[in-house]
Order: sequence, then structure tokens, then C-alpha cells
Amino acid sequence: MATTTQAPPARPPATSTDRRRRIVARPAAWIVWGAVIFFFLNLLGVVASVLVSSFGQRWFDTWLPDGYTTSWYARAWDEFALLQVIVVTLEVSVLVVGLSLVIGVPAAYALARRSFPGKRLIFLVFLLPILMPPITYGIPLATVLYKFGLAGHMSGVVLANLVPSVPFVILTMTPFIEQIDPRIESAARMCGAGLRTVFLRVLTPLLVPGILASAILVLVRTVGMFELTFLTAGPDSQTLVVALYYSMSASGIRAQQSVDAMAVIYTSMMLVLLVVALRYVNPTQLVAQVKDEPEH
Amino acid sequence: MAHWQHRLAERGVDRQLWLLVPALVFVIALFLYPFFYGLTLSFQPTRGGPFSDYARFFSDSYERGTIWITLRIALPAALLNVLAAVPIAYRMRGRFRGKRLVTTLLVVPITLGTVLTAQGLLNFLGPTGWFNRILLATHLVDEPVRLTHNYWGVFFSLVITGFPFAFLLVLSYLSGIDPTLERAAATLGADWRRRFTRITLPLLMPGLATTFCLTFVLAFSVFPSAVLVGNPAGETRVISLAAYQAAYEQYDYPYASAIAMIMGFVELVIIAVVLAARGRFYTGSTGGKG
Repeated sequence: MATTTQAPPARPPATSTDRRRRIVARPAAWIVWGAVIFFFLNLLGVVASVLVSSFGQRWFDTWLPDGYTTSWYARAWDEFALLQVIVVTLEVSVLVVGLSLVIGVPAAYALARRSFPGKRLIFLVFLLPILMPPITYGIPLATVLYKFGLAGHMSGVVLANLVPSVPFVILTMTPFIEQIDPRIESAARMCGAGLRTVFLRVLTPLLVPGILASAILVLVRTVGMFELTFLTAGPDSQTLVVALYYSMSASGIRAQQSVDAMAVIYTSMMLVLLVVALRYVNPTQLVAQVKDEPEH
Repeated sequence: MAHWQHRLAERGVDRQLWLLVPALVFVIALFLYPFFYGLTLSFQPTRGGPFSDYARFFSDSYERGTIWITLRIALPAALLNVLAAVPIAYRMRGRFRGKRLVTTLLVVPITLGTVLTAQGLLNFLGPTGWFNRILLATHLVDEPVRLTHNYWGVFFSLVITGFPFAFLLVLSYLSGIDPTLERAAATLGADWRRRFTRITLPLLMPGLATTFCLTFVLAFSVFPSAVLVGNPAGETRVISLAAYQAAYEQYDYPYASAIAMIMGFVELVIIAVVLAARGRFYTGSTGGKG
């Protein structure tokens, strides 16, 4: 990557004292905020056009539809058997979150606390599933799962979705564990607690924020994961994303508005999840553990 | 026996490492084994010698072209997302009123999902969509601009889904840089531009490289949007689509595995180049505010 070609936003030299607490912004600030606003206006257009269309009756070559109705939602609900799809989505996500925490947290603990030969190699192996596009390992994985008769139903979908989730839990949990003072565990061990007791009685309560954070992030990822579910799901184990994709790529058979309605349902579900996630996770603290305190 | 355990314990190997075993078993069974299974499968084509599926891919220009098509979409999209995130995140560093609101607004597109993005782009940028209507009404263009079912549709959908992600990562790397470093430079008389290019940017580069890699992975595996808003038979026939068609339309698993291996290889080469370049920058602690 080029380091020097990227021009910093041009603005006249300023000393640090007059840089802060300015109400009238400089030209560069206007350009940046202008670009952000332009991006948002278009994004708003994209989202609003789907929302309007999902409530619209007939909408051809005009600014707005002829009339409004909620019948597309009812139709989408029945046509796509959405209740069953949502139940499958929730079952898959809960299973993936639970299993990836049970497998990932102990490994994150060992990686955060210990140094041992081969640690870098093990770390790399855990990093690879995140660094590879899901299709590259998804196709061989689906082939193997079909060979053992695991794909085509729920177990295959859950197993496939675990592949990026476990490394994700390990990578997000490691900084949380590194923050905890190891003397706390030593003290517990001195008082006669075994590894299991230390884990369940001392570490887990301290790690609750981190566990919640990675659980919610894994949940959001799993609900949104298309490729792996698409490759391993059978007709009765589709999650919402995959069902949506099928309904849209088979367009012409179904009214576009009912696909729009279904997309709105999916996005509202994701939005609720994200709002819950932002309640517990400060998004700026994901990679670097920073305390968000006022600059002085 | 005890002696041998003691020697291992000195090097850090003891019973606590059992905690790693479930995760290792899992990664080996569900990631490494399928990967090597796919690798061996790709050398056992239905016809011809061990390398004939690879030869088949590279000798067919329609197939070979998918690599170029994928890179032509993924590299600019990832680069734009990362570069656009830097000035915006730089503005968002300090504390100001409404910061949380702006951050949330920038993150919300993550929830849109491919299909809503695709439907929205088709509605909004399509020939009778609002975007073209505004352009026509203000006489900026004489006839509707074609922005969907081609390269641009896929590109926009990658920007919408990739930018929030890149922004989040850049913002968190940027807030991990100790602000006293910049203040020290300011007292020594460095102006704004020098402080950015000589201090903040070099410290941020490793983070930018990581962000680029992760955004690139997202963009490289573009598959649903290439079908839905692109032109999957021509201009946006990406490599993942070629792999999918080989596996699930022709049921040629060896060939599909070969394409998946080529895809993984190309992607890892780009990542390796970026990470090697990253190694030339400072990679230690960046201080942090807390």
C-alpha cells in the first residue's frame, strides 16, 4: 500500500490550541462532512425506496406509488413460510453462539496467558478461517459434510457456521482476558481452587462483558452469514438470508414488493440485534482496548 | 516420567494447555481436514492427469477472466472503503455533541444485508429510480444513467456493506494512538500536515493494513450481490460464482475444489503482500489513551 499518495485533507496549519472547540469548521471539514452527508442521502434513498416499495400498491414510472397497503407483509409471511424460517435462524444462531463460546473461551484463555512453543503457529491456524473468503473453504467443507451425511439439515449449517465463529470468539476474547490481573487467579489457586473452579467462579464473572460482546457479535455474524449456510442448508434448514436470496434470485415468479417486505423484516431483525449489541459493546474498543475518557 | 513432564513444564507446556484441545480438534476437523480434502480432490479430476482441472481453468479465458474481474471489483472497493474511512474517523476522534449518533448512523448499514441493499440499489439507481429522476429533473443528464446490472451496481453494494466495517476498525485503531504524541510534536512546532504525515499516519499504517485485508476478504468473496445487482453472465462473473456453478450446477466437485484453491491462493497472495508491506512500519504499542 502506498503511504505517501494518500493526501491528508488540506487545511491551513493550525496550532493545537485553536484546533479544538471550533464552531466554524474549515474547508476540509466541510468536504469530509459533505461526503458523509452525500453518502447518507444516497443510503437513505436506497433504504427508503425498499420501504416505500414494500408498502406500495402499484409503482411504475412515477415518484411515488399509486397507493399504500400492508398486504405485501402478510403475503411474504405466508408465501415464504417466514415463521419457520425465523425459528430455524434463531435455532442455528443460538447453537452457534453457545458452541463457539464453549470451545473458544478456554482456548482464548490459554492463548492469552501462556507462552509455549508453537503458539504463533496455532494462532495462525485460528486466524486463517477469518482471513479466507467463506466460499474457498465452504465448498470443500460442504463436500466433506455431505460425504458424512451431515449437510442438508441443521447440523451441517451449525457446523459450517462454527468455522469462522470459533476463531472470532478467540480473537475478540483474548484482549479481554489479557486485561484481567493474573494475580487474581494466583490468589484463587493459593486458596485451593482447581482450574475448573477458577474458571467458573473467578474468571467467568469477570469476563461477562467480553463474553456478551463476542456472543452478540457472533450472533450478528451468524444471522447475516450467507455463503456457508447457502452451501450446506437443505430445504428445511434455510436461514432468513438464504431464503431471501432464493426469493430474490427467482424473481419474476414472485412480486417484487413481497421480496421488499421480507428484506424489511430481515433488516429490522438485524437492527434490533445491533442496537442490543451497541448497548454492551463500544464499537471503538474492539481492536484496541481504549478507555473513552476526555482528552485533557 | 516426572522428569520429562518437568522439562516440558519449564518450556511452558503443562496441563493447562488442554484448554486449547477442543478448539484445535475443531479447527483440524472442520477447517484443515476439509481444506486438504479439497486440495487432494482438486488433483483427482474426473478426466485427465492430476493437474488437468487447473489447466482447464487457466486455458479457458472465460474462466481465467473471473480472477481479473474479481480483483477489478474487490481491490478498488476495499481501497476506497479504507481511504474514505481515514478522514472521517480522524474527524470523529475528539469528543463532540452527537458523536454517538453519528457513529451509530455510520454502523447501521451493517444490518442492511445483501438482499435489501440489492433491492434498494435496483429501486433507487434503476432507470426509473429516484436517483435518475433527480438527475433528469435537474437536467444533469439527458437519458437515465445505467448503474445497475453492471460493474457499478456491485461496486456500490460493496461500498455500502464494506464502509461501515472499515470505518469501525479504522476508528478503533485511530483512538488507540496516544494523543500526547501529536501534542508533543505540536509543541515542537510541527504544523497540522506534518503531524499527520509524520506521526499519526505511520502509527496508523499497520491498522490500515489489517483493515484493508479484512475489507478485501469481504469484497473478494462477493457472490450474492454479483448475482443480484450485477451481470452474472459477463461483467461481474466473479470467481466465487465460477466455483459455485462448478459445484452445484455441474456437480463437478474436483473442478470446484480446484477453483476454490485458486481463489484462496490469489486472495492469500494479496494479503501476504499487504502484510509484508505492513511489516516495514512500526508495529509496537501505540500508547492508547487509557
